[in-house]
Amino acid sequence: MTALSVFINGVGLLGPGIADWAQGQEQLAGRAPGQWLKTVLAAPAHLPPAERRRAGAVIRVSQAVGFEAVAAAGIAPQGLVSVFTSSGGDGVNCHEICSQLASDDRLISPTRFHNSVHNAASGYWGIATGAMAASTALCAFDGSFAAGLVEAITQTVTQAVVQAEPVLLVAFDTDYPEPLRTCRPVPDTFGLALVLSPVRTAHSLGQITLHPASYLSPGPADVLVDAVLEAQRQRIPAARGLPLLAALVRQQAGMVRLDYLDDARLELEFTPC
Amino acid sequence: MQPLLLSHFTATSAIGHGLAPALDALRAQRSGLTPCDFGSAVLDTWIGRVSGVDDEVLPADLQAFDCRNNRLAQLALRQDGFGAAVQAVAARVGPRRVGVFLGTSTAGILQTELAYQHRDATTGALPADFCYPQTHNPYSVADFVRRSCALTGPAMAVSTACSSSAKVFASAQRMLAAGLIDAALVGGVDTLCLTTLYGFNSLGLLSGRPCRPFDAARSGISIGEGAAFVLLERAPEVLPAHAVLLLGLGESSDAHHMSSPHPEGLGARMAMQQALRSAGLEPGDIDYINLHGTATPSNDAAEGLAVQAVFGARTTPCSSTKGATGHTLGAAGGLEAVFCALALQHGLLPGGVHTEVLDARLDVDYLLQTRTQRLRRVLSNSFGFGGTNCSLVLGTAQ
Repeated sequence: MTALSVFINGVGLLGPGIADWAQGQEQLAGRAPGQWLKTVLAAPAHLPPAERRRAGAVIRVSQAVGFEAVAAAGIAPQGLVSVFTSSGGDGVNCHEICSQLASDDRLISPTRFHNSVHNAASGYWGIATGAMAASTALCAFDGSFAAGLVEAITQTVTQAVVQAEPVLLVAFDTDYPEPLRTCRPVPDTFGLALVLSPVRTAHSLGQITLHPASYLSPGPADVLVDAVLEAQRQRIPAARGLPLLAALVRQQAGMVRLDYLDDARLELEFTPC
Repeated sequence: MQPLLLSHFTATSAIGHGLAPALDALRAQRSGLTPCDFGSAVLDTWIGRVSGVDDEVLPADLQAFDCRNNRLAQLALRQDGFGAAVQAVAARVGPRRVGVFLGTSTAGILQTELAYQHRDATTGALPADFCYPQTHNPYSVADFVRRSCALTGPAMAVSTACSSSAKVFASAQRMLAAGLIDAALVGGVDTLCLTTLYGFNSLGLLSGRPCRPFDAARSGISIGEGAAFVLLERAPEVLPAHAVLLLGLGESSDAHHMSSPHPEGLGARMAMQQALRSAGLEPGDIDYINLHGTATPSNDAAEGLAVQAVFGARTTPCSSTKGATGHTLGAAGGLEAVFCALALQHGLLPGGVHTEVLDARLDVDYLLQTRTQRLRRVLSNSFGFGGTNCSLVLGTAQ
């Protein structure tokens, strides 16, 4: 069986105390301490004004990290295949709908309803970029990042047979308000995006390889040195991808293990560029 | 793409548990739609309810997963010897080499709706027995099926609204092509809940009558529930008689609007063309199209234009089976792929149900009567909110 290798050509990052990939790199390299500050979400600049004003956390975080990764890779978003993955949809939106359905007035807002679909980030990405290529929206609960990474790698490798195009992966989570927060205690919004390329370019930061015989590993997931980042990794599903970014920062060859399923971690081989 | 074998499949919907009643209903153009009597919903609409879901009892060690969606999943897995077929495949290739990729739009969100109706009067807390990960979360159904079948391979839920369980075929195809798995359990499960009933009502998309796809007077959807499962494997050298193959896939995005399709059906057209290309086929090779055909004015109009653009006007027999089952949302792609497999095996072109007067502006060969003839290649469309489109091409071996 052939090993599946792709290059990471761009990163987008946003989370508690992390404004962007540049700041994340400083924290992952140990040059600056991680700080748990509330995630700052900007209005998505690429959407039409009406959508921009109403955009919830899902749309804000997914567009912020998506556009950051695409810009870092030096490519245009229009032609990209995209993979969105999240452990849940917009927490506030879901709470509002469930609250209203439990009340005497069940006339929920049509905008709330169409924003409740798990693929809302994917839909708004298309509206913002005009990208008409394939786009999906996945969930594997706490393993959603790894599930998305596997999908994005297989997309990149199988698509490369036809044309060597990059693929965008966007992983994100938003938090629920109470009472759902007690049942699903994700503390804040977090986003991590990667541009994967089947070929090495001037923008390539590292190479990752999946080995079909050993990509599901019984071993433990990698942990982070910084206590704040490690707490984020443990408490926010999309942050389970941080050890891969730590490998990018370290630029040392080796294996990276990420949380995936209850009975298996996802194991990747990292090769520096 | 390399053709894949649908080695086993099953479907449960408003037209029955398993394949036999479904085939019978499609042949006789019988509908499973009934006036809405679901839970506390008070809506002038029709639904496609599956009988017996409430009677399903989950095993003791999986009680946390108990919700309507997982009960339906279990009921559907039991039909047509599907569970046993999964065991046989797992024994042959190893449980680590079987992936589980299931589509759902709302999973067990009904549990959350009910929990919100029973919040603690003082604290506002949800009831103590509410299990978010195993019910509400989109992954819950994939997790439940994976555990039920004792599989240990890769798993995920695809949740792209009404294209969800068509797109699982594409993810599985890529995983198989990449050598990460040797078989995939794909499909979709969605169940009735207040979010979708009241949500589509808020958009003015629920019909007050049983839905009438492609009818001049069509007035919206009828929501249904359903579960479909398919085992996908690489096609062996020697194929069994009646073998059904997945020949092609196409996926695209409208990049247009969250809840209305591209008015000319551009994304739908791209998905169909890509599916034909990946199957190495021309439009003339397709004998039947199972339309997405939800019966909303704008959806059917866009799909009609897309079908005309790809296939020409009135060239290819087509119909929507949603008049029989209702729109099963995240389960629709899988359900209709299974109906296409039945059509291929039994030489059946299912006539549309409830449609009386075809919309003359939609220049397609829409079947009002079931037809019997040998079929070799069929195409199935599934489109969803957010402008997500997926087309599958299925065919017989010869």
